[in-house]
Amino acid sequence: METVYVICVGVLTSCGIFLCLRGRTFSVVVGLTMLSYAVNLFLFSSGRLNLKDAAILGMGESYADPLPQALTLTAIVIGFAMIAFVVILALRARADLGNDFVDGTEPPDTDKLLKSNRGKV
Amino acid sequence: MTLHLAILPILIPMIGGLLMLLPPFAGAHRYQYRRVAALLLMLIQVAFSSYLMLMVVQNGAIMYAVGDWKPPFGIILYADQLSAMLVALTSFLGLGITLYSFSGVDRKGKYFHPLIQFQLLGIYGAFLTNDLFNLFVFFEVLLIASYTLLMHGEGKQKTAANVHYVILNLIGSSLFLFALGTLYGITGTLNIADMAARVAELSGSNQIIAQAGGSLLLIVFGLKSAMLPLHFWLPQTYAAASAPVAALFAIMTKVGVYCIFRVYTVIFGEQAGELANMIQIWAWPLAILTIVAGTIGALASPNLRTLAGNLVIISVGTLLITFSLRTPEATAAGLFYLIHSTLVTGALFLIADMVGQQRGKALDYFVIAREIKQKALLGVLFLIAAMALAGLPPFAGFLGKLVILQSATGSDQIVWVWSIILVPSLITIIALSRAGTTLFWRNTPSRDASESPGVSKWQLSGTLLLLGASPLFALFGASIIEYTNSAAAQLHDIDYLLEVMNLGGDAQ
Repeated sequence: METVYVICVGVLTSCGIFLCLRGRTFSVVVGLTMLSYAVNLFLFSSGRLNLKDAAILGMGESYADPLPQALTLTAIVIGFAMIAFVVILALRARADLGNDFVDGTEPPDTDKLLKSNRGKV
Repeated sequence: MTLHLAILPILIPMIGGLLMLLPPFAGAHRYQYRRVAALLLMLIQVAFSSYLMLMVVQNGAIMYAVGDWKPPFGIILYADQLSAMLVALTSFLGLGITLYSFSGVDRKGKYFHPLIQFQLLGIYGAFLTNDLFNLFVFFEVLLIASYTLLMHGEGKQKTAANVHYVILNLIGSSLFLFALGTLYGITGTLNIADMAARVAELSGSNQIIAQAGGSLLLIVFGLKSAMLPLHFWLPQTYAAASAPVAALFAIMTKVGVYCIFRVYTVIFGEQAGELANMIQIWAWPLAILTIVAGTIGALASPNLRTLAGNLVIISVGTLLITFSLRTPEATAAGLFYLIHSTLVTGALFLIADMVGQQRGKALDYFVIAREIKQKALLGVLFLIAAMALAGLPPFAGFLGKLVILQSATGSDQIVWVWSIILVPSLITIIALSRAGTTLFWRNTPSRDASESPGVSKWQLSGTLLLLGASPLFALFGASIIEYTNSAAAQLHDIDYLLEVMNLGGDAQ
């Protein structure tokens, strides 16, 4: 179980980082969402994974750590609010700046630059 | 009252900010009501934070267990001399910018004053909490308030700057949670004092994981405090923000610096066994490079606001130098410098705004433009701010740099510290004098300045309040240095912290 869990967190994180490095706001927002999912899973695992124990004392031999569950809940709420904010901000930036690039300007089209120079050189 | 004193700085802006969203204060035309409420709230906060500081000095650090859940289980607020001092500094800065905003900036949006209160709530909370996850929550509170405050006013520039700022900080928040998860998984606690006790007892392989978590935290705090190479967002963001917001942001980088001081002195400090001072090898070069980057940025700034932003970076680098020295004396010197530089940089942002108002379309860019209407007044204000920031006598900036230089004498790094403090100071003077001469002396003769708006009394009072601290600091320098000395000694005394938390005796 641990291996699957670790792979899940790892894949989510790397996808999130990759998408955050993209140029357009949509993929960045998706990347941030994936990062926050990965974080939630990671936080949950910090209390060690177990399948059958309850987070209540006195119900059995062993018990699960309740604190990471509380942390994850808080992180979900905060992460959700932040993603909602960044979506609205991205829309506002699209309206204000006229394009959906994170930098606010369209990058020079390398294809066109190459083609226009090709004849001259 | 005294019992709950430690949580009052958090409760007052929270309840006050919420009330300001409700009927008697809501609505665009009720701005006068909001102004009175905001001013009252700020005065109450200044009074209570000063009282908190007084009580902490008299009776020692206050430990406040929220909901009476004893440490290490509950969320603990911990007000020692350092926290109390920074809370008082924040409330003072808040009062200054609130006064300044009455000149009309606050009318550009309905929620300006409530948002300022929420921002202050987050900053106070970050200074007062002694729980790492709670620190994360307060970081988010202050960040979401700053996201919206950055958008206050009009301008496409603000949107572009805000997109970068928000995305960077969201990634920073994710990293913060990764770091917290790692540290909690290894130590089983989130209480800073408790973690300090447990980090020393870790076994070999766990130590490496704790080191990874601790290093991740440094990235997070570095991003908040604009440490190189994470500083690129700062000049653009601060230049885009409206003046009072930028002035308030002057304290936000200091929140990151404070966290570095707190976490790496208490958790990974002297007593942490193998992990003792683990980030010091990083902090040294980063501090020096931060100052270099800030200095180059200061020389290359096209306008006064960007220049002020780069001066913020220099001050962060200087604070990191004092952190890297790892002695209580250096910490004390850093704290003195921190208070002074925060207030004066804040004032410089306000001055840049007032100058920009009177230069038409040229704003505060360093170009030849029409003559400033109130040349003498603004010139004197700018001169005081510039001299205080560059560290020239008789102002307290000189004193601040002097104590930093003094604290380095005797250590091995004296050559590094002296040169990295003094050379950038000289370059700062060059950058500031270039700014001053262009702004105040190089005018187009033809244009008549009389039509530009004058400085309002609110703007002047806010700026004077912040700027007035500099001569006052020079006058009462001895007692303030005495205070920062004992604050630094308290910060470095881990046993005292454990004793206040009742964690000292048992090894659990």
